[in-house]
This record gives sequence, C-alpha cells and structure tokens, in this order.
Amino acid sequence: MQTRDKELAKEQIVRMSGVDVRKCMRCGKCSGTCPSYDEMEYHPHQFVYMVENGDIETLMKSESAYKCLSCFACVDRCPRGVEPAKIIEALRLLVIRKKDGNHMTADDIPALVDDDLPQQAIVSALRKYSK
Amino acid sequence: MQMNEEYKPLIVAFCCNWCSYAGADLAGNNRLNYPADVKIIRVPCSCRVNPTFVLRAFERGADGVIICGCHPGDCHYTTGNYYTRRRMKLLFSMLDYLGIERERTRVEWVSAAEGAKFAATMNDFVQKVAALGENKRLEDLRCKK
Amino acid sequence: MQRIGVFVCHCGTNIAGTVDVAAVAAALGKEPGVVFSADYQYMCSQAGQDLIKDAVKEHRLTGIVVCSCSPRMHEATFRKTAAAAGINPYMVEIANIREQCSWVHKDKQTGTEKAIILGRAAIAKVCLNSPLTPGESPVTKRALVIGGGIAGIQTALDIADAGFPVDIVETKPTIGGKMAQLDKTFPTLDCAACILTPKMVDCAQNENIRIFSYSEVTGVKGFVGNFDVTIKRKARYVKEDVCTGCGACTEKCPQRKVPNEFNLGMDNRRAIYIPFAQAVPKVATIDPNYCTMLKTGKCGVCSKVCTAGAIDYKAKDEYIEEKYGAIVVATGFNPISMEKFDEFAYSQSKDVITSLELERLMNAAGPTGGTLLRPSDGTHPHTIVFVQCVGSRCAACSDKGKEYCSKICCMYTAKHAMLIRDKYPDTEVYVFYIDVRTPGKNFDEFYRRAVEEYGVHYIKGMVGKVCPEGGKLKVRASDLIYGKQLHIDADMVVLAAAIEPDKSARGLATMLTASMDTNDFFTEAHPKLRPVESPTAGVFLSGTCQGPKDIPETVAQAGAAASKVIGLLCKNKLTGNPCVAHSDELMCNGCSTCEKVCPYGAISYIDKEFRMPDRTTRVRRVAVVNEAVCQGCGACTVACMSGAMDLRGFTVKQIMAEVDAICR
Repeated sequence: MQTRDKELAKEQIVRMSGVDVRKCMRCGKCSGTCPSYDEMEYHPHQFVYMVENGDIETLMKSESAYKCLSCFACVDRCPRGVEPAKIIEALRLLVIRKKDGNHMTADDIPALVDDDLPQQAIVSALRKYSK
Repeated sequence: MQMNEEYKPLIVAFCCNWCSYAGADLAGNNRLNYPADVKIIRVPCSCRVNPTFVLRAFERGADGVIICGCHPGDCHYTTGNYYTRRRMKLLFSMLDYLGIERERTRVEWVSAAEGAKFAATMNDFVQKVAALGENKRLEDLRCKK
Repeated sequence: MQRIGVFVCHCGTNIAGTVDVAAVAAALGKEPGVVFSADYQYMCSQAGQDLIKDAVKEHRLTGIVVCSCSPRMHEATFRKTAAAAGINPYMVEIANIREQCSWVHKDKQTGTEKAIILGRAAIAKVCLNSPLTPGESPVTKRALVIGGGIAGIQTALDIADAGFPVDIVETKPTIGGKMAQLDKTFPTLDCAACILTPKMVDCAQNENIRIFSYSEVTGVKGFVGNFDVTIKRKARYVKEDVCTGCGACTEKCPQRKVPNEFNLGMDNRRAIYIPFAQAVPKVATIDPNYCTMLKTGKCGVCSKVCTAGAIDYKAKDEYIEEKYGAIVVATGFNPISMEKFDEFAYSQSKDVITSLELERLMNAAGPTGGTLLRPSDGTHPHTIVFVQCVGSRCAACSDKGKEYCSKICCMYTAKHAMLIRDKYPDTEVYVFYIDVRTPGKNFDEFYRRAVEEYGVHYIKGMVGKVCPEGGKLKVRASDLIYGKQLHIDADMVVLAAAIEPDKSARGLATMLTASMDTNDFFTEAHPKLRPVESPTAGVFLSGTCQGPKDIPETVAQAGAAASKVIGLLCKNKLTGNPCVAHSDELMCNGCSTCEKVCPYGAISYIDKEFRMPDRTTRVRRVAVVNEAVCQGCGACTVACMSGAMDLRGFTVKQIMAEVDAICR
C-alpha cells in the first residue's frame, strides 16, 4: 500500500472509531483481558499498534476482527482510555463499506430459493437486489 | 480600518500575581499559543481589580476584559477571589444593562499549574469577543486619535 | 519629570526569535519620559546589569523598564541592580515579553507589536512609581512540622540540631508514618524499623523537639516569621505525662474486635491500644468508637489495671495556640482505594492484597508474625502474581486512577519478589510489568538481581482479570513478548497500588494558602530551583506531600527543607513587602468598610485631630494600616468608598495608566 493510502485508511479508522491510538502506553491489559485472545491472529494490543502504523489492510484481511465478541472488557479496563473494541467496530464497518454495492444480483436469487423460505423473504430479496 | 484587514479585538486581562499570572507564565513555558490580542496586567490579587479599571478599559476602546484569579479557596490572601466573584457579578450585570454583552466580560479561575487552561481560556475568550465585533458602546470618543 | 531608561533583552533567541528587539527598543525610546533605550543579548548577565548601571549614571535615570522574562523570574535581580546603581529598587518595572509574548506567539510582526504595547504599559506605570522602603518584622524562632513520618522526623531532627525549637504535629497516636509499617527497604534490604525507630527515639529525647501526637492543625493565621497556629489535641483519654506505656491496659481490655489500622485491618486490636511496640510517644490511646466505657459508661477495666492512674474518661479535645516562624508540610501519602479496580477481585478475595498489606504480612510484628500466609486460609502460597501500575499512569479522562507514575512500586515489588524467593524458594513469583523503572543508585542492579539470582519471572504484559475460583485465583494476563495469553492459577495476587497525597493535605493547603496541583500534591515555588519551598513564604515542603518519592529522596528533601527553615529562623528581622495599603487620612471618612474586608486584621481606626481651614481643630475617625501585617492584596482599596485607600506599587493611577497605555 502507498504511504498516502495508509495514512488515509488510518485517518478513516480513527475518525470512525473516535479512538486516539497515540494514548496507548503498550501495557497489554486489553490482551490480558480478552476472552477471545486464543482465537485471534492479531490481538487487541496489536490492533492498536497496527492502526497507529497505518497497517489497516492486513487487519482487514485477517479474520481477527470477527473473533471479537464486543464484550468491551478492554474498553472498560484500559488504563489510558484507548478503547480497542471501538477500533474493531470501525474496522468491520470499513470492510462493509469497501465491499461497494450489492454482493449478489436479482438473478442469483432463484438458485437459493428452497421450500422453507417464506414468500415474504423472497419478495423482499428481489426488491433489494434488483435495484 | 481597511476592509481586508482581519479584525483584531483588544483584550485586557487582569491576572493575579500568585496563580493566574504564574499560569500565564506556564503557558509560555510550555509554548501554548494564544492570540496576541490578549494583554496582561499584573495585579497582586484579583480583588485588586477595581470595577473602575474595567470601565476604563471599555472607555478606552477595549473589546473585552477578563479577570483571572486563584481558584475559590486557593487565594493567596485567603478570601480575595471571593470579593472578586461578587463584585464582578454585579459589575457585569450592570455592564450587560448598559449594552456591553456578557461575552465581553469574564472571570476565570486559573491556578499556577494550569498553563493549558490559561491558553484555552484565552483562545476561547478572544474567539467569542471577536465574534461580537468591535465594542462601541462605552467608548469615550474624546480618547480617539 | 521622570527620566526613564528602557532595556530590551534578547534572551538569546528566546525573545529575539519572535520579537524584533531593536525595533522595540527604538519604538519605546520615543515614548514620553524615556531618555535612554537599548537592547542587549542577556540583560540578567553581569554585562547586562553593568549596562543598566552605567546608563543610570550616564543619563541620570530615575526609573527603569526592563523588557525581558517574567517578573516572577528576574524582578528581584533587576531591583538589586537598580539599588546597586543608586536608585530605589521599586523604581523598576518589568515588561514580560518572553513568557507572555515571544513564547506564545509565532508571528514576528504581532510579537513585536505586542512587545511594544507591553513595554508602553510598563513605562506608563513606572512614570507613576514612587520610591518605597520595605518595613521590617520580627521572626519567631520556632518551627512547626506537620506530619510525623520519616520526612517530618528528619526535618525536625535537622532543625533541632541547629538549635531551634521544633514541634511535630501528627494525627496518629504515634510518629513513624508509613515507614514504620514497612518490613525491609530497597535497595539495601535493611529493616525499616531498625533504621527508623532510633530516629523516633531521637525525636522524643531531643530537648528542642516537642511531639504533639494524636493532634491536628485546625487554624493558621499570620505570615512568614509570624504564624499563629491552632492545634487540636484530640482527647486520648489517657494522661500522656502519666502513662508509662506498660501495656497492662491493652492486655486486659475486654473489647477485642477492633480492626487494627496499623496492620491495615488484617488483625484486631483492643479498644485501648499502643499502635506498635516501638511507638513514640509510647502512650496508650482509647478509641472512642469502640470503648465500652465511653459508649455505655459500663466497663472501666483499663482504669482498674492502670497502676499509674493515667486513664481519664472525662478528657476533652483541647485547643492550643502556638507561634511559629516557619511551617514545614510533611503530610505524606496513602495507597489509593482499590474500589475502582475490581477486575483484580480485591473486594472479592482476601488473597488479593495491596503491597502495603504484603509488607505487614512479611513483617515479624505483623498479623502472621512474619510468616507469609494466605489471609483467607492461613496456608503457604506457592504461586504469587504481582501486578504493577494499578491506578498509576492512567489517562486523565479515565476517572479510575492517577495520571502520574507512583515511582516507588517497581522497586518495592522487586524487593518483595526477592524476599519471597529468598525465604520460600519453592514459591513461583510472577511480576507483570509495563515498564520497569529503576533510575536510582543501585536500583537497576537490584532489579536485575531479582531476575538473575532469585529467578523471579518478570513478564512484559498486564493482568486483565482475576477470578477467585475454588480457593485459587485464576489470573488471566498477556505476555506481550511471547505473544500469548497466560492463565495462571495463583494463590495470592499483590497489587502495586498507586499512591496519592493524604486527604488532610487539601484542607491544610487552604489554611496555609499554599497552592496545590490537580493531583493534590503541594506545588513547589519553582520546579527546579526552589523544590522544597511552597510559593507561600515561610511554608516549606518535605516528602511525598510534594510528589511521589522513595525513602532516600524523602530524607534528602527533608534535610533541604530543614536547611531552608534554619536559614529563615537565623534571621532576626525579615524585610517585608513595601507594596502595602495605605490610607489618605484627609479623604478617609471612617466608615470601617476596609476593616471588614481585610483578611489579616491589618486595619484599625484611630481618632485624630485635624486642623480645619478656619484654624479650628476637629477630631475625626480615620483608618490606619499596620504595614507589618498588611500583605498587599488590595481588597480594601476596592471596598473603600471614598477612595482614600490605595495600594503602594499598584496604585489606582498606575493601573489606570497601564490600561490606558494598552488601549491607546
């Protein structure tokens, strides 16, 4: 990624989450408290550090953001008020925004229909994806 | 005044020697910027500020007057800032009646340790006064050049 | 007409960087009354001062304006220069063009313009200055030390050693403070009691020292050299001069269920008690909240067993008034409450303790007699987890802890870990740290010894959660270097609680009119150059009331504070501040308003004879200011309705002239 893009992605995350990553003193209490630590490739304190370094792309590619339970224990216990969980929320949102448009078209729908699907869901799906 | 020249308000700040003047010094030590429109007059205590000084400043064309003292209870002279608080409350309400807007006058408590607060207060005050524009109400035209 | 000289300082590039000093000197040279103006590299240097002196002689100057740094910095310097040049030191005014101009503005043009205006205001003021002569006041040759911890003890001993009488006021029944509660001290591991108790005894035996234990300062009046202090001697219900400290009463008292504050509530004491064996003064005290006799009137066991007849159930709080020349504040610290850090389960498990509690558990005079046992079940702990920075280094926005580093925790934790590994080698000790801060003589060596010789596990990371479960403490923590989350089954968790100033300090600061920072630590007069003096003259600071400190630093500061006090008490007279109020008796109408607003009682009224224009005489009541007592706040000048009262050095005319000059 270009330096400019890195800066932009970082800015976006910082704006969306409202987190000041520079406040972090690298104590690791967030990672010490995280119940999903072992599931994650990158850990809460690394999220903060990677955002500070603008390494957003790696984070977005990783599954780690989806292992977060949003229990907010890290937010509650962070002595510096950094709030790592809010970064993860912002990261997930950024991924959704980056997807750009619909992820399926109206033509894909018939293949997915089965007998158990309520009529209403089919109608609303067609309405949504035919735009 | 030229049209394209940016409007600069004239602010007179009375600072007590023990807390606020030291707070202003600390703002300087920490290089915390605030507008040059603020001119500080040192007084031993905020209670030394006679209401006539405030009136005089407005007469002579000041756009805003701010009085800074120690926090209530922390006055170097034990009770001085309590007098300031009461006197200025009355004075400001009278000035308001005369047409000097409330935003042009202020009493603020700034301790010797609060350099950041001093700079923030001055930034905010200058901004508020600048938004109101020039003070014409009490200006003594005889003093005009 | 005044002949004024203007001297503009470059202060290297500090001022000259943002202010065109030559332009300032030129512009101010044109002001009315100014006969000489110059700029120079460093006005405060010897050469700069010589420049001022020469100019005074050459141009017959009567007033001086120095455009330089804050008057709080160098006003005294330039006043001395003026005096040396033969003009009154109060004919000097400083225009603050460094702290309040060049350092806060970036643009050279605005900086220069503002500097000129500030210079003009100073010129306008100095034109109206008049020579002032300071008055003199006597010095009471006795010092007061508030707080009887190691800081207070050391200060008192040093002052007493110089031959001046000192009083120590301590709220607890004994002096000794926190150090008396400690087991060993870092980095030498000598026992705290062994080095502290001889000092306590020295205090008791020194004829220059009086100890007011179980007492509080409730009122302070006066000023440097002449403080009037009210001390409340709380009712002890035991006659201090009669009690021999035999301890018979403390053994026989039937009320056994009183939490022992000396052991931080980990065991019980009686309702009549001596805090610890080496207490000074070694006198029993009755706790009125628990004593059955005081509460219900039925008991009286202690008075029966006391062979000396020292018990006095009818004792009342006493107030004594004393005069002092100097006051030293040594109020010390307390660990913060762990209430807001319940992720560490402090309130849920007895085995989660603070470091100060661990000190008591390791101490031979502590609740376990010096054997390290779990408070919950009395078994030996085999795995101990230390958590650093609990409540220290928190963000200002989180209201949980303190923003500062408590400074002592890294070292005492290394000490604890080392002592535990030394005494119980089968115990695993984990220390979770953010940083290990060991700046001090032999400090880092000490910490390395804990790791290398004693095998303490230092882990870079932080404990996130402690759960009491089945008699164990489940600790979840991060190991940032290994990149793993650790799960440890601990027997004991020790929290390095942040320290905060004693709660009594805030009220005391108000009484002393000494300023405090946002954390309630006392502010020093100058952070680098006057570290043991408070900005209030005659009030000095010793120990942790000024900021977190370890014992060596506290003792050093205590000695420094003592030397400042001795320097003050050596003087026979103090020159006062000549900027005091004075009343124009011809204008005074004797209304008494000024008398009421004066916080010092410096104004009184006299009946004075006046000659009237028609050659008759009339007696009028007029105000008179006691110049030795007046501190020059100026409250009276504003309250005066007839305009008779004015403040020298800050007269109405002078301030008006400043306002006019600024608004010109």
